[in-house]
Amino acid sequence: MTPAEVVVFPNGVFPHGWLQYLQGGLIIGTGVALLFVLTGMIGGMSTVFSSTWSFVVRRPFFQQPTLVGSRAWRLVYAVGLVAGAALWFMLSQQPARVAVTIPTWQLFIGGLLVGYGARLSQGCTSGHGICGLASLSRPSLVAVCTFMATAILTANVMARFLTTGG
Amino acid sequence: MASTVIPTLTRDGQRVTSVKPAALLLTALVAGVLFGFGLALSTMIRPDVVLGFLRFQDMGLMLVMGGGVVVSLIAYQLAPRFLTRPLLGGVFAIRAAALDRPTVVGAAIFGIGWGLCGVCPGPAIAGLGAGSYELGWAIAGIALGALLQGITTKR
Repeated sequence: MTPAEVVVFPNGVFPHGWLQYLQGGLIIGTGVALLFVLTGMIGGMSTVFSSTWSFVVRRPFFQQPTLVGSRAWRLVYAVGLVAGAALWFMLSQQPARVAVTIPTWQLFIGGLLVGYGARLSQGCTSGHGICGLASLSRPSLVAVCTFMATAILTANVMARFLTTGG
Repeated sequence: MASTVIPTLTRDGQRVTSVKPAALLLTALVAGVLFGFGLALSTMIRPDVVLGFLRFQDMGLMLVMGGGVVVSLIAYQLAPRFLTRPLLGGVFAIRAAALDRPTVVGAAIFGIGWGLCGVCPGPAIAGLGAGSYELGWAIAGIALGALLQGITTKR
């Protein structure tokens, strides 16, 4: 096992081109903007994991009006996410499904930290990153800088110890 | 993210019609489809691409976030100024997050998890639509993490 070398931009800044990234970002922003202009709701994605628990967990935390009152539309919003990616999959005529090569334990443990951390922080890459920054929220800016820093650090440290995982 | 109930009062105390549930659900569905399509098109549903960004091999994610922020910034900043209420009723929610310890500690923990697996909540869900069933493991982890956060919190 040779540790993966950290090479900065070996294939240029945008090895897969820049257009699809920008287009994707603009479409994501359009979805968030549409939800806000039509209904006034702010649609980050991590809250759906707490609000959906409110259907089955009776503890007071999960029965807060904010979670119970938004659980229906948040769940539908999540279903829309799956449908949107499925639509892209059909239109782009992918030769095969998008398989994930990250080991299972990494997905699960990483997910556990992602879920706990995002809910403690009250936001994730969409909640703090897109909705928070668009709200010009200072706490969100601090949160974005914090998770970017720890994510970059973790990904680079991991690349030295793990041979798989991207 | 600021969780919101369907409000009936504006900031100056005026009673307004709340969004009809059917209209809210339909809007959420369409907004979700756009969000999911954007995540898939921008390759953010692929953890290897996200990890590549975090390892300085591809700056794409910056364009995705930049593009997303610019469009939503326009809506978030202009809509409350030019409209008295959202087009389908209700009031414009304000994203309330405090600059406190949980926000920073939570963000740090979130980043460690994100850097480990390359998956965040939106792409974890959207990826299922492109047949990335392995992401079910990440979704199970995120759901469990959210449950643990709720059980252990006192606020």
